[in-house]
Amino acid sequence: MEMVCDECGKNEAYIHIVQIGPNGKIEKNLCEECASGYGSTMFASPQNSMSVDDFLKGVFSNAAESGNDSRRHELVCPNCGMSYQDFQQTGKIGCSVCYDTFRQQLEPLLRRVHGSSVHSGKIPHRSGGALEMKHEIEMLRRKLREAVQQEEYEKAAEYRDRIRVLEKELGAREGGMEDGNR
Amino acid sequence: MAIADLFGSASLPWLNIGGRESDVVLSSRIRLARNFRGIPFPNRADFTQLAKVQEMASSVLPEMEHAVGQSFDVVDMDRTSPLEREVLIEKRLITRNFLRSPQHRVVFISQGRHVSVMVNEEDHLRIQCMVNGLDLDNPLSMASGIDDLVESQLDVAFDEKMGYLTSCPTNLGTGLRASVLLHLPGLVYTRNINNIINISQQLGLSVRALYGEDDQEWQGDIFQISNQLTLGFSEEEIVGNLKSAAKEIVSHERRARKALELYRKDQLEDSVWRAYGILCHARSLSEKEVLDLLSKVRLGVDMGFIGEACAACFSEILIGSRTSYLQNLAGSDNMSGSELDRMRAEAVRKILSVHRVE
Repeated sequence: MEMVCDECGKNEAYIHIVQIGPNGKIEKNLCEECASGYGSTMFASPQNSMSVDDFLKGVFSNAAESGNDSRRHELVCPNCGMSYQDFQQTGKIGCSVCYDTFRQQLEPLLRRVHGSSVHSGKIPHRSGGALEMKHEIEMLRRKLREAVQQEEYEKAAEYRDRIRVLEKELGAREGGMEDGNR
Repeated sequence: MAIADLFGSASLPWLNIGGRESDVVLSSRIRLARNFRGIPFPNRADFTQLAKVQEMASSVLPEMEHAVGQSFDVVDMDRTSPLEREVLIEKRLITRNFLRSPQHRVVFISQGRHVSVMVNEEDHLRIQCMVNGLDLDNPLSMASGIDDLVESQLDVAFDEKMGYLTSCPTNLGTGLRASVLLHLPGLVYTRNINNIINISQQLGLSVRALYGEDDQEWQGDIFQISNQLTLGFSEEEIVGNLKSAAKEIVSHERRARKALELYRKDQLEDSVWRAYGILCHARSLSEKEVLDLLSKVRLGVDMGFIGEACAACFSEILIGSRTSYLQNLAGSDNMSGSELDRMRAEAVRKILSVHRVE
């Protein structure tokens, strides 16, 4: 049997509401139009209450589904104890070491969020010193190859010597770094 | 400026009228997210670790002051009232996220109020530099200078491939969020603002209204545009991209204003002066009403309908009409709505009476 809206008496009622007020409980059967007058919270679309964090959590946990799960769930950051599951739930990383711990899982996700997973901005002068050196070595290697192709062997020898010096310095620096924690 | 001024004064120099493209651009801001190596990020740190971060940040404060050339006020969230915290949010010197738990949350604020460094927000350090008008280069070099100082003394979390490591992967890499505040009444009245918002999103930029809860319920016609991507681009590229988008929006806004002037000059001029009249004489004003009227008055000033208003008026009304600011001034958060609206109208009248234009 078709029920008619208690409010307008015209449209079909298919929403049942219970109002609890000072005069006790009132029950009504309403049509959609009349029901929409009863408080915006009832019919607020779920999208409005979704935060950026919620959205990201979704992105992060979806991204993870495509990987091999069993291994991932065992991973726990040795520094702060965060598991990958914690990250999927909160959308927040625990500490700087986490990025090392979950590097493999995070890379595809970073490409998804930023379109890239490789930093190309500022390098800190002190802790990034080794990186600046690596960039220089790479550049010298390129020059060395070019010089050899052009048969400019004197120049090539200069580059080779400079590379050796830098590599030695780098080796010493990285050897020292491994003792320190990240 | 004394620390009491931080809460009691509505003046905010970087929000005053001035700088480049100031007919449309209110202000520009750079924010850098930085963390210390090995210590869990604030959301995962315990009190001892948070205290350690606070101590580390405090240790480089003298150097920061030296670099900026001003002394900083140190404001401990644990020792400020809820109303005072709200005032700092209205002034955009701290974020709401900063207040989730006040323990060991400290902010360093420069005397000129254009630099704020939040300690233990989402990241260990959030370095913010603001300036009026469209200028991202100067705040970037200032923020970067402060970052250099911190990094010269303390170990900052950095990865060769992933860049600066942050609590949320959406800030990873440069940790840079650049943003510009734009006054866009022309685009709102001509109903072009939604196009601008959609196009900006396609360019990897986010646009949101500064005031107003819902998407369509924006107040004051003030919008913030900022970069969304932080990894894979250099700081200069990110800032350059945002700057050119902002300039494009500025030229669209100017075109919209020209069209309004061409077709509706009389109505526009009338509504500008009416808005000014109401702000000068009303006895009761709501928060939303002030924003809408102020937007019209600012438009009138920028289009030359109203004589040069004082540069500080706009920012003083913008901050001085906010409910939390008024409540803090009155020292009470249980005033009735009508009491507040009376107080608000009085505050606006007082600011405008000092700088009457005819």
